[in-house]
Amino acid sequence: MPKILDQPRYKCALGAMQTVHSITKALPILHSGPGCADKLSGSQGGSGHFAPRIFPCTNLNEKDVIFGGEEGLRDVIANALKIVNADLYVVLSGCSSEIVGDDMQEVVRSFKNAEKPVVFASTAGFKGNNFLGHEWVIQAIIEQYLKPADKKTKGLVNIWASVPQHDPFWYGNLFELENLITQLGLTPNTIFGYDRGIKNIDKIPEAEFNLLVSPWVGLSNVKLLEEKFQTPYLHLPTLPIGAFETSKFLREVGNFAGIDKEKVEDIITENEKKYYYFIERFADVFLETRIMAKRFVVISDAQYSLAITKFLVNDVGLFPSKQYITDNAPEEYQEAIKGYFKELNWNIEAEVAFLSDGHLIQDEIKETYFSGYPLIIGSSWDKKVAEQTQAHYLSVSWPVNERLVINSSYVGYGGGLKLLEDIYSVVLTRFN
Amino acid sequence: MTINLNVTSAGTRENRLGSITGYAGDLHDLVNQSRCGTLKERERCFSQSSSCDAGCALSQLAYIRDVAIINHAPSGCTAMASATVVAHTQLAAKRGLTYDTIFLGTDMDENDTIFGATIGLREIILETYNRYKPNAIFVGTSCVSGIIGEDVDSIINELASEIPIPLAAVHCEGFKSRVWASGFDAADHAVLTSLVKPPQRKTKFINFKNFNESARGEITELFANFGVEPFFLYSNSTVEELSHIAEALATVSICGTLGTYLGNALEEKYGVPYIKTINPLGIAGFEIWLREIGRVIHQETEVEAYIERERAKYLPKIEEIKKELKGLRAVLGMGASYAFQISRVLQELEIEVVWVASWHYDTKYDNNEIPPHVEYLEKESPYNFKVSVSDQQNFEILNILNTYQPDIYLARHPGTTVWAIKQGIAAFFLADEYKTFGYRGTLDFAQTILDTIRNRSFEKNLAARITLPYTDWWYQQNHAAFLKEDSK
Repeated sequence: MPKILDQPRYKCALGAMQTVHSITKALPILHSGPGCADKLSGSQGGSGHFAPRIFPCTNLNEKDVIFGGEEGLRDVIANALKIVNADLYVVLSGCSSEIVGDDMQEVVRSFKNAEKPVVFASTAGFKGNNFLGHEWVIQAIIEQYLKPADKKTKGLVNIWASVPQHDPFWYGNLFELENLITQLGLTPNTIFGYDRGIKNIDKIPEAEFNLLVSPWVGLSNVKLLEEKFQTPYLHLPTLPIGAFETSKFLREVGNFAGIDKEKVEDIITENEKKYYYFIERFADVFLETRIMAKRFVVISDAQYSLAITKFLVNDVGLFPSKQYITDNAPEEYQEAIKGYFKELNWNIEAEVAFLSDGHLIQDEIKETYFSGYPLIIGSSWDKKVAEQTQAHYLSVSWPVNERLVINSSYVGYGGGLKLLEDIYSVVLTRFN
Repeated sequence: MTINLNVTSAGTRENRLGSITGYAGDLHDLVNQSRCGTLKERERCFSQSSSCDAGCALSQLAYIRDVAIINHAPSGCTAMASATVVAHTQLAAKRGLTYDTIFLGTDMDENDTIFGATIGLREIILETYNRYKPNAIFVGTSCVSGIIGEDVDSIINELASEIPIPLAAVHCEGFKSRVWASGFDAADHAVLTSLVKPPQRKTKFINFKNFNESARGEITELFANFGVEPFFLYSNSTVEELSHIAEALATVSICGTLGTYLGNALEEKYGVPYIKTINPLGIAGFEIWLREIGRVIHQETEVEAYIERERAKYLPKIEEIKKELKGLRAVLGMGASYAFQISRVLQELEIEVVWVASWHYDTKYDNNEIPPHVEYLEKESPYNFKVSVSDQQNFEILNILNTYQPDIYLARHPGTTVWAIKQGIAAFFLADEYKTFGYRGTLDFAQTILDTIRNRSFEKNLAARITLPYTDWWYQQNHAAFLKEDSK
């Protein structure tokens, strides 16, 4: 089978400009063609303090490709420092500048005495996808910007989760993870979104531990932080959606942080009581909507395929058909990820395919027995197959073109209810 | 003639049309320099992310609803696929049609950059054909495929005997042109060289080059007065329909930038007249354009009768609203045709044009003439005005807005109006290419401007609560401070 990108569900490594963009007052500087940021900025919510049309870019042309673009880059960085008011400047390479062999590291090094920090990440599009690009940007900040802390702050926890902006729910999810941590009496430290930014980046080395809530993205970053600053990390592969997984999350974090078990259990009891107040009130909808069947399929990145499968099985009592992971998760992580899908309640196991070819996925779905209307949770690419299979369909992961997500979240107890709202808002549009 | 349909590439606008993306001056200087051939590109020593010709070319071809587009590029270049397919599916649904076009990529990786990827490309073209049986396949080139020297033309030639549908390479390597509108030409070139057949008969159709055919109903009705029908392209068109465009009575375009290549090529090669007047935006544009169509299709009398009728209906209303617009000051940031055409419409509404930022500028069109809308303004504009050429360089736009403090900023491409409102300046995003079409459009446009400046809540609320991305230092500089004097 040729290496065909049919229905792209990931972007290239330069997509990590969104990671930089999500750090308030961090500015990506692109040493790339004129159209890269334009194409990579497809998701909504891009007009923040900076925006792709504000990102400095060398807009490489033929002359640069022939004679090299290092001087052009030097000019753009020097002038960006004068024109754009940022706290951190992150120079990102594109395909052209990498292939023609510009020594960007050297150019960036010449700004080491600049008033503001300037770092460099190699993010050429052909080197990997945006999930890896995200890790490379964080790695660049760790290696080139962070300095060891003179103290560790008890209870301070760096939280790392999904890829900002690429994940439409990144903001809400991250802030809900903060809320959960706060309930345990810990102090969360995140670098993305409102009122975070460089002051929080500066605190990374002093954290008591790093919490990674992600199947694989970010693992190399927390390992690097351990190596560089001796900060231990807790890796929880499942983004907690709904009661079962959120309670488990609180227990695991509580246990790792050495928080009193009774306190943790009290928090869980109160949250679950409230959650089940709503489930009790709406159980009739979940049970007695005639058009809702039992089987579902998630076509998404490892994060959502895993998290939604766990929620729909362990909380809602649905049954997984084969699940699809479309983020090109590196092979070294695939066995472990498959294992997580075997840890479902009632000895249920979900089969998982690592496949990014939308055509093949949808051909399989068309042949799958769903014992009723399927529930398809994926991206905009899956609307067509949903129509063909008369499925209930919800888009949750990139590309999501036909819904607007501002700050809502699927994380936590409330996040589970939100996902149920979204699913049933689709289901209730049909009677039969 | 600048167009050569015997080669596989349309070439860049820089080479064909003397197009530029950096300039600071005024209308009269721009026209004079265009005439004398002295207009030179001024490079920047600071620039912000813009757009590329590949995105432009492939999104144009994706308007056709029964083809496959294969982007021979790393994954990020194909990140536009979903938004494109979704938008076009919505456009087709509006007309009760299905959109079957496939937009995929070759996901070029590091190995491909070392060993080449033409073998993989060949397999992907075949696989795409086998999966979807599209009615044509377009293969777009990219920066990477261009720099590593992928011979896409040869692959296309080889496969021509294996796949029984039109195949074409679309040469749109992003680094080759600073003018993304070169992508319009690359798309047209691919259509002209692979789909368009020599005419067999004359039809009642007029080719209407546009973007999203939002005024389809209105124009169909308009043309019916003269016994002709519009054929809109490329939106919702099919390969079969496009094969007949050389049989049309004429070609018209809503935008000079968009129409020059296809219109002039059809005229040159097949004798299909291309209406080269200013475009049908505002009153003068509409009338001059319609009269020229009337002349070409021999419907002069009917056209005059129509104009008289519609004038009586609309002009009093337009005169009325003009009283409220008179004296307002506007800054524009738009493509090379719309920037000047909308300036003309604003002047018709007695709004003062303070500054025009043209995203690029074509010194001439493919008929070797200066773009008609700048010549028109040179003659008709009651005053000279400032012009800059700036490929969506927001730092220049914001500097200009800060200096001139207009009543309204108008732009036609996403990503700039939001910055005007952050500076507290009312802005309107003129996305619909028919927003100012004819009398009806002129009136709607006037009303929209009035509505925009009369409720300033959104921009004032936001502007009061945010900080701007640029330094105070920058706002004290001249907008052209980073344009280099000399160019090579």
